[in-house]
Formats: sequence, C-alpha cells, structure tokens
Amino acid sequence: MRTAVILLGLLALAAVPGSLLPQRNVASDPNAVLQFTQDNPTLAPWLDRLGLFEVYASPWFAAIYILLLVSMTGCVIPRCLRLWRAVRADPPPAPSSFVRLSERREVHAAQCPSEALRAIAADLKSRGFRVRTTGGEVRAERGYARELGNLLFHLSLLVLLAGIALGRLFGFEGRVALVEGAGFSNVVSQYDEFSPRALTDVEGLEPFSFTLNDFEASFETADEKRGEPRQFRAELEYRPDDGSTSKAVEVEPNHPLDVNETKVFLTGHGYAPKVTVRDGRGDVVFTGPVIFLPNDASYASDGVVKAPDARPTELGFEGFFLPTAAVGDRGPYSAFPDALNPQLFLTAFTGDLGMSDGPPQSVYTLVKDDLQQVRADGRPFAKALSVGDTMRLPNGEGSLTFDGVARFANFQIAYDPGKEVSLVAAALLLLGVTTSLLIRRRRVWVRVVASGPDGTRLEAGALPLTRRGGITGEIDAVLTAVSDEREKSSDRPDTERAAGPEKE
Amino acid sequence: MTLPSMETLAQLSDNLVYSAIAVYALAMLAYAALSARRPEAHRQQPAAAPAVEATIGARADPGSRRSVGAPGEEARDATGPAPHTDASVNAVDRLSAIAAALTILGFLLHLSGVVARGFAAGRAPWGNMYEFAVVAALAAAAAFLVFLRREPVRALGVWITAIVVLTLGLSVTVLYTPAGALVPVLNSYWLVIHVAAAITAGGVFTIGAVAILLYRLRLRAERRGPAHTGYAGRLPAASTLNRVAHTANLFAFPIWTFAVIAGAIWAENSWGRYWGWDPKETWAFITWVLYAAYLHAEATAGWRGTKASWFALLGYAAFVFNFFGVNMWISGLHSYAGI
Ligand code: HEM
Repeated sequence: MRTAVILLGLLALAAVPGSLLPQRNVASDPNAVLQFTQDNPTLAPWLDRLGLFEVYASPWFAAIYILLLVSMTGCVIPRCLRLWRAVRADPPPAPSSFVRLSERREVHAAQCPSEALRAIAADLKSRGFRVRTTGGEVRAERGYARELGNLLFHLSLLVLLAGIALGRLFGFEGRVALVEGAGFSNVVSQYDEFSPRALTDVEGLEPFSFTLNDFEASFETADEKRGEPRQFRAELEYRPDDGSTSKAVEVEPNHPLDVNETKVFLTGHGYAPKVTVRDGRGDVVFTGPVIFLPNDASYASDGVVKAPDARPTELGFEGFFLPTAAVGDRGPYSAFPDALNPQLFLTAFTGDLGMSDGPPQSVYTLVKDDLQQVRADGRPFAKALSVGDTMRLPNGEGSLTFDGVARFANFQIAYDPGKEVSLVAAALLLLGVTTSLLIRRRRVWVRVVASGPDGTRLEAGALPLTRRGGITGEIDAVLTAVSDEREKSSDRPDTERAAGPEKE
Repeated sequence: MTLPSMETLAQLSDNLVYSAIAVYALAMLAYAALSARRPEAHRQQPAAAPAVEATIGARADPGSRRSVGAPGEEARDATGPAPHTDASVNAVDRLSAIAAALTILGFLLHLSGVVARGFAAGRAPWGNMYEFAVVAALAAAAAFLVFLRREPVRALGVWITAIVVLTLGLSVTVLYTPAGALVPVLNSYWLVIHVAAAITAGGVFTIGAVAILLYRLRLRAERRGPAHTGYAGRLPAASTLNRVAHTANLFAFPIWTFAVIAGAIWAENSWGRYWGWDPKETWAFITWVLYAAYLHAEATAGWRGTKASWFALLGYAAFVFNFFGVNMWISGLHSYAGI
C-alpha cells in the first residue's frame, strides 16, 4: 500500500506540468507550443527534451501509471485468492473472551440453549450473514461484497486501460473547416488535419459524405450578456455510402452526427468573406469565400486572400474581417458577433506568393519573403470595404471586390473503438468503489454463557473489519430475536457509541 | 413564462441569497461563541469522549481498543478537567440549538434563492461561475447539516459557515452574472449531471478538509501534552476529527468519481473524445488521484493520520484550484459564461 500511496502521489504531481505548459495534441490552440517556443527560445528546447510539451504521452508519465497498475495487480490478485478462500471457508471461531471486542452485549433468552442459538442463526442468516453454528456458539460474517467491490474497482482500472489503449491504437481524430455550400467525404485527403494512431486503418475510414448547406448562429441581443452565443446549428445534407438517398441532418454542439461510431462534431465556426480578385489584365483570377479565423468572442477575424494566377504580378491580400464593424478609441473593432455591418480591412502585396515552389504553406498566412507591400502616398495601401465595395490597387495591378459574407463551420471527426470498453470499465469502477466504501464487513459471534430452567444467558460480540464501524444497532437487533427482557449490558459507556471502533 | 416574471424571479433570487448571507453570518457568530466556550461544551458531543488514543494521536497501540478501560474519565482528563454545572450545559445546548437553527434557516433561504434562479433562467441553476459558487456553497452547507445530525461536527460550524459566507460574498460581488440562457456547449443534460455531482462532492470534501485542518491543529496540541488550553483544547479529540474527515472524504470520493465519469461522457458528446487532458480534466484527475492516495494512506500503517492528511489537503487544494483557478488563469475548452 505504501507503494500505491507514493505512486499515486507521483502520478498527481506528474500530471501538473501538462496543465500549465502548452501541450501538443491537447490544447485547444494547436499553435500554443509553437508560440511558447518563440517566446522562450532558450527554455523551450529543454522542456521539449524532457517531454514537457507531451506530458501525457511521455515515457516517464507512462512509467508511473504502468508501475502503479503492475503493483496494483500484484496486490489485488492475491487478495482475490484470499477473498475466494474466505468466502468458501466458515466464519472463524469466536475469541476466547469478548471483552476486547468493540461491541458486546449479554441477553437473557427464554428458550433452551440450542433453540436460542438456532433462532439467532436464522435471524443472522436472514440479515445476509454467512452463519455457522458449532459447539455452543454462532459464528457469522457478512460484508464480503466490500472486498469484492474493492477488487472490482481495482481490476476495472485495467479494463479502463485496455479501452484507452484500443482507442489509442485504432482510432483517429481529424478536423475540417467547411464553408457553407462546401462538401466533404470521409477520406484522409479531405481533412485539414488528420491524426491517425499507430494501427488506424487509414484506407478504410467509414465511407460517407456531406455538404454543409447552411450554418446558423444566434447571439444574445439583450443588454447584459449581449453577444453571448445562444445557438449554433449546421445543416448538412448527409449522403451515406450505400447509395440510399441523401437526407438533411442537423449538427449542433453536443449533438454530433454519428455514422457507425464515426462521429462528426461541430466545434466552432466563423466567417468567410466572399471576394473576387481581378488581376492587372482585368481577368478574374479568384472568386469565392475565404475562411478568416476568428480571434475573439466578437468574431473579429484574420485572414489572407491569395491569387497566384494573377498577372503581371501575383497578388496577395492580408487583413481582418469585422462582422459588426465599429470604430473606437483604438481603431475599428467588432461590436457584435453577428454579421450586422460586415467590413473587410485589407492591405495588398505583389510579387511571388511562393506557392509554385517552396514548402507547402498555410492557407491562413502569406509567406512574405518575395512579396512587396503595395504602398500609396508613402504608406502601406489599406482599405476598409463594405459589401459591394472594390479596392483597386493604385498602380493598376489588380482589384478585389467584397461580394458578401458566408459562414464556415469547424468539424471534428473522431473514431474511437475503445469507447465502449472504457464506458463499461467506468461503470464497473464506480460500482466497485461505491460498494467498497459503503459496505462494512463485520463478524458477529453469539454464545451461551449459562443456562438454567428459566432460559439461557447469551453473550454476543461483534468485530468490524472495516474502519467505519457503527454496527452497534445491528447486534442489538440480532439479540431481539431471542431476548425476553431487551436488557442490555455493555461494559462501555453509551457516550462512546457514536465514535465507532477504529481498525488498526 | 413571461419576461417580467422572470426578472422578478431573478431579483427574488438575488434577495434570497443576500438574506442567506446575513443569516449564515449570524450562525457563524453563534458557532464562534460556542467555540469560545470551555471544553465542557464538547461533553455533549458523544464522540468527544473517547480520547484514550487521542492523546497518542493516530498511532494508537494496536492492543488498546477504545472499549478497554474507562475512556470516559480519561477523556475528561485529556480535554482538561471541566467542572460542569447544569446551567452551563443548558446555555451551551441553547446556543448550539440556535446556531443550528440559524444555519438551517440560512440554508433554506439559500436553497430558495437557487431554486428561484433556476426558474428565472429556465434551466438548472449551475451554468456560470456565479451559479457554480452559489450552488457549491449550498452543497457545503447541506453536507454540514447532514453531518451535524450524525457526527460530532459542531466545532466545524464556525469554519463552514465562514466559508459559506465568504463564497457567497465573493459570488454576489466579484462573480455576479445576471440570470440568462446558456452558451450552446453547456446546453447538455450530461453537463447538468456532471456539475451537480462535482458540486455535491465538493460540498462534502469541504467538510473533510475543515475537519482535517482542525484535526491537525488538535493533534499538535495533544502531542504537547494533556493540559492544553486555548482553541485547540476546546476542539473534539483528534481521533474524532480524523474519523469525521475520513467519513466525509470516503463519501465524497465515489461522488467525485461519478462526476469525473459524467464529465467524460459529456466531453465525448461534445468534442468527440472522452478524455483530452484539457486543464479542467487534468485537475479533476489530479484531485481524484490525490484523494485515492489519501484513502490508501489512511489504510496504510504508519501513514494514517498526519501523513495521510497531507494528501487530503492537497486533494482539496486541487479541487478548489480547479473550481476557481483553472477558470480564471488557464485557458482551455471549458468555456464558462460570465467569467
Ligand atoms: C499500487 C497499486 C495499488 C494497490 C497495491 C492498492 C491496494 C489497495 C488495497 C489493499 C485497498 C484496501 C484498503 C482498505 O481495505 O481499506 C485499496 C483500497 C482502495 N484503492 Fe487501491 N491499490 C492500488 C492502486 C490503486 C489505484 C491506482 C487506485 C485509484 C486511483 C486505487 C484506489 C483505491 C481506493 C479508492 C480504495 C478504497 C480505500 C478504502 O477502502 O479506504 N488503488 N487499495
């Protein structure tokens, strides 16, 4: 048990840094580790070497819980065996003297000794005791379920580990952002981000597809909590793979789409301004919605527009989108999350976007190595656009028109084949721990002290085998089965009762 | 329900919470007066008597069960010889009854406030930090009242009522959020269950934590010798306090376990994974593991008592940090309207 205490303490301690430092594959913000590394260039590599950005997947964290489970198994299996023997064996004989038992009573019964003991034995049996009557004494014990619960609890931890392992080996998690009108099929190439596990069947993902027809968001308009989100709903046209007709489904927070255990969750949303970019020749080189990533609760969003096909020079735009634009002391801001007065604030770049060669780049940022910012009157050229407005680059290199606003939704798609196992383990765990903590195991002995023509004098004693004793009432109740006087004789003052005995 | 009546209900809820604070404060004064009495006050509490092993703290000689000898006499020695008159006993009884009655009254006002809030918002009234704190204080008060019926916990009264008053005071000032609807992620019945269980466990853990602190205080005094005076001298025996703490933590542990499981089910429903080491989840785990360590330590010879109590205190600290600290200082997926 000491090992268990120490290891449990270590486990708690080891879990702390992961909640304070940014974590890979954990945090809601996938760039958190990168950001932290940039902010702490000397410290970060060391933390990384120690696995502190992946605490819960690190070898030392695993070492602690594996040691714990091994030591637990080593402790619990022998207990199983002992319990098995205890359940099959008779309750042990009474101690020679009851004086040292925490509970002791004497009572006078009208019956003869054997009848009195038989009555007591029957009563104890009806109370769920295992009872054995031999040579003038009744031996009884109950509360084995406590041990059983304890074993169940500890062993279910192993089942839980198995459930977790199943998910960690065969499951996957992926994310995709879809603009209204866009479609998705469940194959790896369609994900923005896909994290398979070691044994995930990447080629065999559940086949289905859907289109995001519409995304609805509503926000509180009343004063005090103005702008707080009230409802999000993604309306999908879902197409199963079996060729049956498509059907409309709604996905909301806490209401995922479930396709044979592959679940599609709505985890976020934002705006995708619709723009049309024309190049220096007047040709349309880009048109459509562009996802801008929200960066606060009022959905002020950042994003870029790239037009690599523009000629004579490629065009890039960078800026922010405000769904309800307002101007404050520190410049424009978004006053409300809904698109009541959408405005797009952009600056422009010309040159080489670096998309034809070089490493793959994020669609949310411009690689500015070979780009020049367009300037006008000696300052960066910038424009605020309302829907319908066009910004024309000063030297005729192109233009961008703000056509309208669409929304996009973030979906998280997850598959975890170990989920049911974990759920069963959790249920057993709860059952086990509740049983083991609430049931009290105890022994009761009753024996004949003296007998005569007017009846039998019985002595009863009880021994709690768990710390939470409190079985005083029980022994009284047992004796009422035979008592003709309801007389109590205890060598302990009444005041002590509530204290209950304490097992060492 | 029409809008004006909702506003009236919300207003009523606020007023009830304010009244509850006032009544709890009076209860606290009554308990404080009780705590300041001479030790015969505790004679009325049955479990204060067996101090045989109390003087040697948690390390009771295995051979010396309490039933041996005449613990009653020794107990009185240990807590200081206190000639008690009927009058003083009566006064203590009366004060004790007043304190309990005030606590119950405060609790009823508090409960009505929470219920009114629920009707005002049209949902379970634990959806933002203000409501969490108010309901957590309610759970602590309820747990105390339940324990008061069965265990010698009167000495905890002054601290529990103080914690409740403090939490409610913070709630109505710093954390206050007007009644309203929920942000969409929180709109799930698993969340309602999860939070209710977590808060209930928290209330019972609070009893455990206060009992453990008093236990440590009392134990220190007992180790210095039997003739101790002062506040610690007027507390119930250390063994009694430790037993109360153990009972409280024992009851709260399965509830907390259930809360964590319900939270995992909700997370699966909401984010597609039942466990993601989000800071809130991590601290729930840390709390759970620390209390498991405590229960193990309490069952380990040589660790029971003082050493074990550290784990319970750390567990409670982790719980409180999760409740307040994580919401305020660490960003994660758990979004709480209002703060
Ligand atoms: C090193 C591995 C472990 C060993 C050797 C071990 C052993 C034991 C034993 C012998 C008991 C019975 C105590 C009693 O009857 O009072 C017990 C109880 C318990 N164990 Fe473990 N255990 C281990 C791991 C764990 C783990 C990993 C957990 C969960 C975090 C856990 C949680 C519990 C709980 C909640 C109890 C009930 C405490 C009580 O009855 O007072 N144990 N453990």
